[in-house]
Amino acid sequence: MLVETTINGQTYSADVEPRTLLVHYLRDHLGLTGTNVGCDTSSCGACTIHIGGESVKSCTVLAVQARGAEITTIEGMAGDDGTLHPMQQAFMECHGLQCGYCTPGMVMAATSLLSENPNPTEAEVREGLEGNLCRCTGYHNIVKSVMAAAGSPVTIGAGS
Amino acid sequence: MTAVVGTPRLRKEDPKLLTGEGKYVDDIQVAGQLWMGMVRSPYAHARINSIDTSAAEAADGVAGVYTGPQLAEMGLWIAPLPCAWPVTDDMVNPEHYPTAMDEVHHVGEIVAVVLADSRYGAADAAELVDVDYEPLDAVASIAAARDGSATAHSAHETNKAYHWPLIPDPDALEAAFANATHTVTGEFVQQRLIPAAMEPRGVLAVPSPMGGDVTLYSSTQVPHILKVMIAATTGISEAKLRIVAPAVGGGFGAKLNVNPDEILAVTLANKLGRAVRWTETRSEAAFSTHQGRGQLQKIELAADADGKITGCRVHVDADMGAYMMLITPGVPLLGSFLYTGVYDVPAFGFTCDGYFTNLTPTDAYRGAGRPEASYAIERAMDLLALEVGVGPDEIRRRNYLGGGDHFTDMETASTLVFDSGHYSPNLDAALEMSDYAGLRAEQQRRRDAGDAKQLGIGLCTYVEICGLAPSRALAGLNYGAGGWEHAMVRFLPTGKVEVVSGSTPHGQGHETSWSMIVADKLGIDPDDVTVLHSDTAISPLGLDTYGSRSLSVGGVAISMACDKVIDKAKQIAAHQMEANPDDLDFAGGTFSVKGQPGAELPIQAIAFGAFTAHDLPDGMEPNLQEQVTFDPPNFAFPFGTHVAVTEVDTETGEVELIDYIAIDDCGNQINPLIVEGQVHGGIVQGVAQALYEGASYDDAGNCRNPSLMDYLVPSAMEMPNIKTGFTTTPSTSNPLGVKGVGEAGTIGSAAAVVNAICDALSPYGVTDLEMPATPQRVWNAINGGAS
Ligand code: FES
Ligand code: FES
Repeated sequence: MLVETTINGQTYSADVEPRTLLVHYLRDHLGLTGTNVGCDTSSCGACTIHIGGESVKSCTVLAVQARGAEITTIEGMAGDDGTLHPMQQAFMECHGLQCGYCTPGMVMAATSLLSENPNPTEAEVREGLEGNLCRCTGYHNIVKSVMAAAGSPVTIGAGS
Repeated sequence: MTAVVGTPRLRKEDPKLLTGEGKYVDDIQVAGQLWMGMVRSPYAHARINSIDTSAAEAADGVAGVYTGPQLAEMGLWIAPLPCAWPVTDDMVNPEHYPTAMDEVHHVGEIVAVVLADSRYGAADAAELVDVDYEPLDAVASIAAARDGSATAHSAHETNKAYHWPLIPDPDALEAAFANATHTVTGEFVQQRLIPAAMEPRGVLAVPSPMGGDVTLYSSTQVPHILKVMIAATTGISEAKLRIVAPAVGGGFGAKLNVNPDEILAVTLANKLGRAVRWTETRSEAAFSTHQGRGQLQKIELAADADGKITGCRVHVDADMGAYMMLITPGVPLLGSFLYTGVYDVPAFGFTCDGYFTNLTPTDAYRGAGRPEASYAIERAMDLLALEVGVGPDEIRRRNYLGGGDHFTDMETASTLVFDSGHYSPNLDAALEMSDYAGLRAEQQRRRDAGDAKQLGIGLCTYVEICGLAPSRALAGLNYGAGGWEHAMVRFLPTGKVEVVSGSTPHGQGHETSWSMIVADKLGIDPDDVTVLHSDTAISPLGLDTYGSRSLSVGGVAISMACDKVIDKAKQIAAHQMEANPDDLDFAGGTFSVKGQPGAELPIQAIAFGAFTAHDLPDGMEPNLQEQVTFDPPNFAFPFGTHVAVTEVDTETGEVELIDYIAIDDCGNQINPLIVEGQVHGGIVQGVAQALYEGASYDDAGNCRNPSLMDYLVPSAMEMPNIKTGFTTTPSTSNPLGVKGVGEAGTIGSAAAVVNAICDALSPYGVTDLEMPATPQRVWNAINGGAS
């Protein structure tokens, strides 16, 4: 089945089996491997992308369902000159990543969180990221990164 | 150059990872690759009567289907999968091949593999393989293994794998208990944990077109160990194997093994001349990747009237699972030396019995034996405090090694020599940062008011063994390898520096930290340092990353290699400046002649001179590169005090962790940003054990919660902010004075959290709770039922 999508501003089309998950379409067919897979139960959020500006777990969508969609993946977040997106920059500055595997999904989920709620409280950030798991950071610095990107860098944790 | 060591520096690794450029194994595609699909046993224990592969073979896109006996016949291996740690001479070690031969011993054991031309095709084909099993009685718990009415391996008469004792002075131990005023006993369950690194494990084996060389990309912590072990298992010469650990998405010990899939991918790729790949699904990982913990512990403390400990006796029954993996039997032993914690314990005894079950094998998981030990002693200290009638802070203070004062090189009852410690100020800092007195007042207020939400405050002063390890100490434990680490530092002609690291990161930020060490040593910019690692073709020597060893062994090796570079550069500088080497100073990257202002040479100029070799001292080899293999003289013993504050809803049994304070001491720090991150992540893994996680099995050996839907890895929602602070007690085991911090958080946090819950519930007579402390368990404990 032919699937045509706009991804990070570029048009792609490929012939895929109807059962192909969007995440596998991105990764295996288009080579956009920045979007990761961390589970098989829609639990981890490693595969989070934006469809029409909203965050979606790309393992829960079939590629054919995304026909004609405007998709942004982690590869489309930094500027053409390589300037990091403010959310990426905040993750870097707040040490919001270690192994980096959850990071693309976290960055995508966090940017869509801020577009819906530009000034979240810390509790709202924690709640908003509930569907994204990280095994490395203990979330402390991820929450800090998102708060910093929102322009309200709180000093969370006395020692940090 | 101002010093960078000790300052929080942003990571070099991040831009790639933040933009999706990082390449994990599953991101690498090669032409002509075949996907491996595993046919896994649905039974924990069964005989394989027959396997029908015809339907799978006939399926579209299938390149081959192989049963265990067929693979064996193809001569793909010359030995079973390795166990590097036969803890006793008579340890039972059932043969463990990449696939089952005629009997399966845990759910998920591979019975056949299929090769297909797509990810989905491999999964489909595996479904088409029809296996006729004859189910056998399964051993699904340590209790069942001890009971012995069924055996996990039909070929063995018992489930017992080994008995390992460490009782330095049995008479003293007996006397301590005979003469004790107070004794307490704690019996604890260390539930099985699924490590759940966010990147599932995966492999890609690529044969070279000629010569029989194979490159294996694996999501592993241990490419160097893997290379040796694959060579020994398959008979393929080490010289023909190249192992690459690309970006690795977390490990936590779970990627420290030699797995069936790794052997299968390498040997099938080698045999067929085509690339072979496999990536585990998350639910498959509960069977295809080893698990952690799985112990029943009994700890007894003897104390005098003041609560001063006089003896500590421990017994552990440890669940090996179905097979001995790389260090399965040794994990409980890694903890054995830490059951006396940070305390001055005159008499000590530890015994461990290892048992086979029909469950996924256990092996290292963050802390590996040490979180278990720390949990037992720190829970027991709270029991002793209750028994003696003093606070948990006071009971610890009374028993700290060295009276809580600073010490170095102190021998302990468990036979280890602690490099350094200074526990009282560390406890003081934790009490102060947590406002301990204020918390106690609030606790009392809620108790007096009969508040439904009771406050609990839990303390833990942990100690960790890092810096694995002095090779001779490992020999004493029957471990099959050394504990050194290798490093090379080379100046390039352009004045930049390349470091080859034998330790291999999977999220710890080695490139950043190693650059900082080298920058300060050589007086150059950290951005002028490139760190190479994780590819055995580039870094042929190494013993990799686990046991919080990278910095205290590998980082030290790099620092020592820098010293050798400076020594050589000094000889060249002296020659070129016509000075005596002893008259040269080296600072900020420049050699200068004492007392001769202006007589200076930057080290980059010397590096270029070493490259051209036009004007070197007679007999000196060109180039400026040095290597060091560092074997540490002793372990390092970081420590810290954690305070967990929990709110326990006495009506629902729900526990909320409302505050967490951690004062850690890992000696000197290279990058405080990274240290703090390690502490945060470690703490959450320990909290997860205390409150949420546990692989649950039915009596037939089926895992009830293999997926992330049922296995509760906590999210940001469940976690509080973590307040961190540090004290600094440099190690005496290495010239950098560093200790290690990768596992510290996990070693301290489970005990702190359960101590806090028990503290909240002490008015209800609750003194213990089994992990994970689910609302149901807590509610039952409050209401007088079994915990
Ligand atoms: S891979 Fe999509 S939620 Fe886990
Ligand atoms: S940084 Fe490793 S899983 Fe989040």
